[in-house]
Parts: sequence; structure tokens; C-alpha cells
Amino acid sequence: MGSWPLARRRQALVERGAIFSRIREFFQEKGYLEVETPFRIPAPAPEAQIDAIPASGWFLQTSPELCMKRMLAAGYQRIFQICRCWRDGERGARHLSEFTMLEWYRSEADYLVLMEETEALVQHAAATGSISYRGQQIELSGKWERITVANAFLRYAGTSMWPALAEGTFDEIMVELIEPNLGLARPTFIYDYPASCSALARLKPSDPTVAERFELYIGGLEIANAFSELIDPVEQRARFVAEAAERAAQGKTGYPMPEKFLSALDEMPEAAGIALGLDRLVMVLLDAEIIDEVVAFTTEEL
Amino acid sequence: MYTAADLKKGLKIAINDEPYIITHFDFAKPGKGQALYRTKMKNMITGSTMDRTYRSGETFEPARLEDRVMQYLYKEDDHYCFMDNDTFEQIHISEEAMGDAKNYLIDNLQVDVLIFREKAIGVDVPNFVNLRVVQTDPWVKGDTSGSDSKPATVETGYVLRVPPFIEEGELITIDTRTGEYSTRVKG
Repeated sequence: MGSWPLARRRQALVERGAIFSRIREFFQEKGYLEVETPFRIPAPAPEAQIDAIPASGWFLQTSPELCMKRMLAAGYQRIFQICRCWRDGERGARHLSEFTMLEWYRSEADYLVLMEETEALVQHAAATGSISYRGQQIELSGKWERITVANAFLRYAGTSMWPALAEGTFDEIMVELIEPNLGLARPTFIYDYPASCSALARLKPSDPTVAERFELYIGGLEIANAFSELIDPVEQRARFVAEAAERAAQGKTGYPMPEKFLSALDEMPEAAGIALGLDRLVMVLLDAEIIDEVVAFTTEEL
Repeated sequence: MYTAADLKKGLKIAINDEPYIITHFDFAKPGKGQALYRTKMKNMITGSTMDRTYRSGETFEPARLEDRVMQYLYKEDDHYCFMDNDTFEQIHISEEAMGDAKNYLIDNLQVDVLIFREKAIGVDVPNFVNLRVVQTDPWVKGDTSGSDSKPATVETGYVLRVPPFIEEGELITIDTRTGEYSTRVKG
């Protein structure tokens, strides 16, 4: 009905475009190659909690992760991509079923390197030292907060993460008690997730009960997910088999095993990679309450 | 039977054999974690509200409400009067039970009156209604304030934001689900 919602978003879409330009500028200055990989793929990563939308026998990508890692294995050292991803059934004030992802991968690096690079990227994209988001003043300049998942559970939920994981309340505690406290005065990296919450991440050599994975939160909003990549094909296959079994137990669609990705892992260098939700980043930078305000069209408006 | 994935604002479900309407809904999902469906809901009889979070896989009974098409007649004190088009029976609904629907009531509007166990507990108005603007400030040509909307009052007394080019006397379409301006009715 009418073009008013689209016209009303003009200012947000102009600023969104400027943020995208600055992101591309950042990566070009750091020697990253912008790449494109296919949206429609035969075999998404078989993760228990991420559902792909079928497309003519194949699937729409839930992330460009597997194809980009095959590029790393082929010798591309620094690559980034801005693309659409699809996740079935995900729609809410902070979720779109079709959304825009920024992913970048870097060989000879780990997740700690990516924390610093993420700070620099968001500071460049924001083009301002501090922002106001939902009435909260957030300082973007300087070094951001870093907290382990274990410490966040103790500090904000008054419980250990391990019993929460065993009792199946890990995600609820994360959503209800922890997330709202993350990234309020300045952005927060929450890191070292339980090994079972990280299907494609390398385990921490000094403590293999956790994986080298972090998430970035700004103003209570989850912005990015990163990890030191798992490059052991045998262990990766075992993790995929376990995730696929969990999908089957929940009665979800099964996916073919991504064999070409698994065989490429043999040649993949040590690397780290990150997926950043660009619609969410724009929400934070423009102080938007719901994700609909920062995209031209939502599915419901088509 | 609904599942958690069917939950959305406006859905009516039965809990402990009482009808509830979902007033706020949000989908939450941490990183690689499971989907959570967060709701606020209102008891459609008592008006009391509660918060509930559900996980995927949970199921819900639809609230068994009867819809009867009726015509709006008039308002009297704090009650609204409607007439059944077939039986000419008249019923009254309290202002409280009307909720936002009262913003869209013009004479003779056809609405769905919701009946739960023989008692009228609210109304459903059409998703889009046309209402005439009775007051709004004129648009000044060359206005450089950058404002892309202004307040307007429609014939029911309801006030909403409209584009600057809307003038007094014009008919506009309002989306009753959001309460927002949708489009101008030409002609």
C-alpha cells in the first residue's frame, strides 16, 4: 500500500550507502580483495540451529563461509564479501530472513587479530568517535571491552555456563540476562564459547573445553561472530556428523555433506574469519529501533 | 494448533481455557543458538497482561472466538453500540475492550465483533480504513526544515503522522494494524 514507507527511509538508506562505501574503503586500504561467491549452493554447513531455504533442489546460502574458505585453501590470503544470506524462520525486530552479511577471512591470523581488526573497521565505518543508541552513549574509540563467556555468566547471570549448557538453558540465559548488558558504554567482545557451541571453530590449545570464537555486541545487539578456523578435516567431519544428527533428532531437513569444502580443508592455512550483520551495524550507527528501518524492503512489503 | 513459529502480534491463543491476544512479539536467537519466541500477551476478558518466552516445538490452542459481522451505530458514555445486520440485535462494548479499534470507528462501519462464550469482548476492524483529515498544518512551499512528516487529526479524533503534502479535507488510508498512514485516496 503506497510508497510512503520506502520514501520515509530515504535518509537511512543514504547513510547506509555511505557506511558501505567506508567499509569497502577500509578493506581496500588493508589489501583485501572483494570477492563474490554463489548464493545458491548444494550443501550448506550442517549446523543444528541454522535453517537454509531450499532453492530448486539446492539451498540459498546461510553464509558464504564454505566457499570463502575454499578460496583461502586455494591461496587467496585476504578476502571480503558483502552479500545476501537467508535463514529460514528468522524474523523479528532484529532479524530478517533475507539479510546482508559482511564476511572477511584472513590467513595466518587468529581470532585475537580479528578483534583488533573489527575495532578498526567499525571505527572507520562509523566515522565518529561515539554514538547514541537507544538512549545509551556508546564510546567507539579506544580499546573495547573483552569478556569471556564464562565470566559473563558469572557476572550477569550469577551462574556457571557449564550447568546452563547441560540443562539446556544456555541460550535463554544469554538472551534474557547477558546480551542486554553487553556493549553498553563501549562495544564488547564476548569470547571463548563452549566447544559444543562452535561447529566450525578451532578449540583453544590451552583449554580445549572452549573454542576460539567471539561475538561482538554493541548496545546489547549482537553484531558479529568470528573464530579461529578449524582446519582439521577429520575433526570438522566429526563435528558436521554430530550437528547433522542433532538436526535429524529435531526433525529438521538434512543437508548433503559439503565434501568439496572438507577436502579443501587439507590445503587450508591457519586462518580466522568473521561474519558481521551489516543491517544490525547500520541499526546501531543510525539509532534505529527495528531492523525494518534500515532496509529498502522487508519481505512483508514485497 | 499453532506452533511457536506461528506466534505473531495479534494472534489469539487459549491458555487455561481463556483467550489471550499477543500484543508484542519478538524473535530472538543468540549467535549459533536456538530460536526463542518472546511474547507479551493480554487476557481478552480481564485485560491483564503477562510475558512469556517460548522455544520452537511448543504448541498452542487457537482461542475459540466467534466472529459476528456488525455495524457501528453510536457511542454512549463509555460504551460503543453495534447492531447485528441479520438479527438487528444491538450490543454494547466498553471503551476499554475496544482498544485501538476506537480510533477507526466511523458511522456504519462494518466490523467483526468477537464473541467468547456469548459475551462480546472486542472488535476487529478492517486492515485498512479510509478517514478524512479534519486538521493539519499547511505545507509551506520551500520548507527547508527537512521534516518528512507532520501531525494530522482525522475525523475520529485520532492523531497520526502524515507526509507534508496531505491537506485538510483529504481522505487518507490508514493501516489499522500499525496505526500508521498508508496512502492518499485520490479523487
